[in-house]
Amino acid sequence: MSHDAPAHGSHDNYLTHKRGLWSWLYTLDHKRIGLLYLFTILSAFLVGGIAALMVRTELWKPGKVFLDPDGFNQAFTYHGSIMVFMVILPLIPSALGNLILPMQVGAKDVAFPKLNLLSYYVFLFGVILAVATLFTSGIDTGWTFYAPYSIRTSTATIMVVTGAFFMGFAAILTALNFITTVHKLRAPGLTFGRLPLFVWCIYATNIIQMLATPVIALTLMLLVFERLMGIGIFDAKLGGDPVLFQHFFWFYSHPAVYIMILPAMGIINEVIPVFSRKNVFSYWGMAGAVFGIAVVSFIVWGHHMFVSGQSETANFVFSLLTMFVAVPTGIKIFNWVATMYQGSIRLTTPMLYAMAFIFVFLVGGLTGVFLATVSINVHLTDTYFVVAHFHYTMVGGAIMAFMAGLHYWFPKFSGRMYAEFPAKISWFLIFLGFNVTFFPQFILGMQGMPRRYYSYPERFTNLNQISTVGSYLIALGFVLALFYLIYGLLWGKKAPDNPWGAETLEWKTSSPPPHENFIREPVVTHGPYEYQI
Amino acid sequence: MSQHKEHPPEHAEHKGHHILPVLTGAKVWIALLIFTAITVAAARFDMGNVNFTVAMAIATIKAFLVVLFFMGMKYDTNENRIIFFSSFIFLFIFIFLTYSDVLFRELVMK
Amino acid sequence: MSETRTEGVRHFAHHFKSAFHEFDACKVGMWLFLLQEVLFFAPLFVGYAVYRALYPEAWHEASHLLDWKLGALNTVVLICSSFTMAMGVHAAQTGRKNKIVLNLGLTILLACCFLVVKYFEYSHKVHVGLLPAGMFTYEGLQHAKSPLFFSLYFMMTGLHGLHVLIGIAVLGWIWSRARRGDFGPDYYTPVELTGLYWHFVDLVWIYLFPLLYLVG
Repeated sequence: MSHDAPAHGSHDNYLTHKRGLWSWLYTLDHKRIGLLYLFTILSAFLVGGIAALMVRTELWKPGKVFLDPDGFNQAFTYHGSIMVFMVILPLIPSALGNLILPMQVGAKDVAFPKLNLLSYYVFLFGVILAVATLFTSGIDTGWTFYAPYSIRTSTATIMVVTGAFFMGFAAILTALNFITTVHKLRAPGLTFGRLPLFVWCIYATNIIQMLATPVIALTLMLLVFERLMGIGIFDAKLGGDPVLFQHFFWFYSHPAVYIMILPAMGIINEVIPVFSRKNVFSYWGMAGAVFGIAVVSFIVWGHHMFVSGQSETANFVFSLLTMFVAVPTGIKIFNWVATMYQGSIRLTTPMLYAMAFIFVFLVGGLTGVFLATVSINVHLTDTYFVVAHFHYTMVGGAIMAFMAGLHYWFPKFSGRMYAEFPAKISWFLIFLGFNVTFFPQFILGMQGMPRRYYSYPERFTNLNQISTVGSYLIALGFVLALFYLIYGLLWGKKAPDNPWGAETLEWKTSSPPPHENFIREPVVTHGPYEYQI
Repeated sequence: MSQHKEHPPEHAEHKGHHILPVLTGAKVWIALLIFTAITVAAARFDMGNVNFTVAMAIATIKAFLVVLFFMGMKYDTNENRIIFFSSFIFLFIFIFLTYSDVLFRELVMK
Repeated sequence: MSETRTEGVRHFAHHFKSAFHEFDACKVGMWLFLLQEVLFFAPLFVGYAVYRALYPEAWHEASHLLDWKLGALNTVVLICSSFTMAMGVHAAQTGRKNKIVLNLGLTILLACCFLVVKYFEYSHKVHVGLLPAGMFTYEGLQHAKSPLFFSLYFMMTGLHGLHVLIGIAVLGWIWSRARRGDFGPDYYTPVELTGLYWHFVDLVWIYLFPLLYLVG
């Protein structure tokens, strides 16, 4: 995508600093590494999206449409694993984080640039390993790889799991790098109390990545050994306990949903004050809420396992603890709305995505509280209600916020503007299509349609068809976005250094930024959202 | 927490570059060997559950000796202390909440 | 960190303000790495804790089949290697090149000793069939869950052994750089960071030894 990016006038910037494919593949510049991540992840997003359309198309009517049941299992497994491990988890922290975070703290680069490049290649290797299974026997375990099925199935579980291991390793290295950067490389005057909230959110995310990802890495390795030599820790046949796999898995994977959502909240935290021209409502409330969510995320994992056969005691404890997540999340939603209140709001594309995020994420969050209640959960587990819930948080949350961030920072990293009008149409298609796709799934779930099923009774046909139509609307929105963004990248209007009038440091340098971000080291004298309107 | 972090000033230099005296290192080494002997000896007596407690207590003392002196945590910054020790908090959360399932599971069966 | 520049004898990457700034950042990075190492070992310790709590008799029975003498020997070996490592760092800080080389060499030697002892333990267990549950063939254990102990034994010591192997590789690299005279009071970050890693490997074994060999 990017090595043929256009030359920009006279001044030297990071895109023109060195030329040639090799200068991209062996770059130590965090911005270029961020673009490499972005390109890789968006390619994976395309594959995962196609798998999603296959699933929705197959569910157009009961019985076979065009896939056989095994093909369907593989389609939803690829959709889930690709979207979770290769798209949503690294999308904002690794791609946008690399592009923006060092600039926001006023550093020349991340603390360990070589490690940063290494983690990109480790990630890429994991992606290739996992996607290569498309050409082997595939995988059909679902993205959760639950034992004992993942031990028994004849599909290429080991390759995918090893791929996920490497992606996790890359995430750990990136997190290590960013935490050190935030601790050690802040510009003079940039105290912790003046950090942009995006940095706070990525920082909290990185802490979760450091603490949780190693657990899944080892768990997946145990799964590999389980398959290779039958260590039996997760295999009831050999005396082990499959539920233990779920504990290990969710000790990571519950915090992982906050790895997905905290960076998303970070973007919303940047976009809303800028386009409301108001200082963020309760800076420390926001930063504290982020850390509250990060810590609480580690003590709630058992709510994924209410019907797994875990003890009643654990059900009670985890259900209670889960309710606590709603508190910091509620604080954040209130604060965003309070920030917008009486602001002079500009409805640019990033702001539209941010507002869509608040609405959609509120629905996702509230249905999460339903699901945290054991009695309701038992009824709704593994139905489309759950599918709708986590798509409202993960797609509605992470992807909407990513789109907000992508449009918000597009002028910065490309040096050009996107076209506002098609962007708004695309936003409308995605927002509408998203709700058309997933809202009916709440109803389907309440009526008892189980997830991951190939076919369904006649009476569910109408709602399923509405949902499928919605999924095509989303796809249309993203295709449109692809076109106008590429157009903007190549032929868009030249972007000024600070098109949105923002106060954070990345807007204090040129667009696109020079090789080492700043010509002169910036000195920070006030908070990140103190606008002189 | 961030006085010496903004610009790495000279007074922090002493803290980061602490040199462990050879004599202290040797004492720690001897102490570790002695504790190893004690833990092996203690395991020879069957004291039921006490064995486990004793062994873990001795292991933790040894671990602290290694972390504080060999790894220089005693002379390190609070920042690094927080980073390293917080990992154990999460390890214990992991164990105890898993126990909340595993140790109470029989109640369901009955 | 490729674009280093020379300022007297100290060198540091372009995006740091001073050599100390770089040293400080590297140390934070290393402690963060060790933090994730703790969590990397965590599932095995949790697995151990769970199965030991559920099947104490199996644990009691199975752990007696391990040779505590070899375990104790390896504990002593690793503690000594930790000491030589600490002395290696000391020598680097005080700028005595020969002592760095000597101490790092001793550390590598002791690490290899550890692996040799481990090899004899493993081969004995393979020989009598004390293997992970799926391949367990040893007869003479009463409790049905005893094979799980050996699953965890092999996973825990195996992962630890892997860390020892990686440690040897890194130490070898540092050793060759020390012979070249790369390190001195002005610059010894790699020695110190490798030291932190190596002490961590020792730390894990300090817990593994009683858990596996002594308190079954």
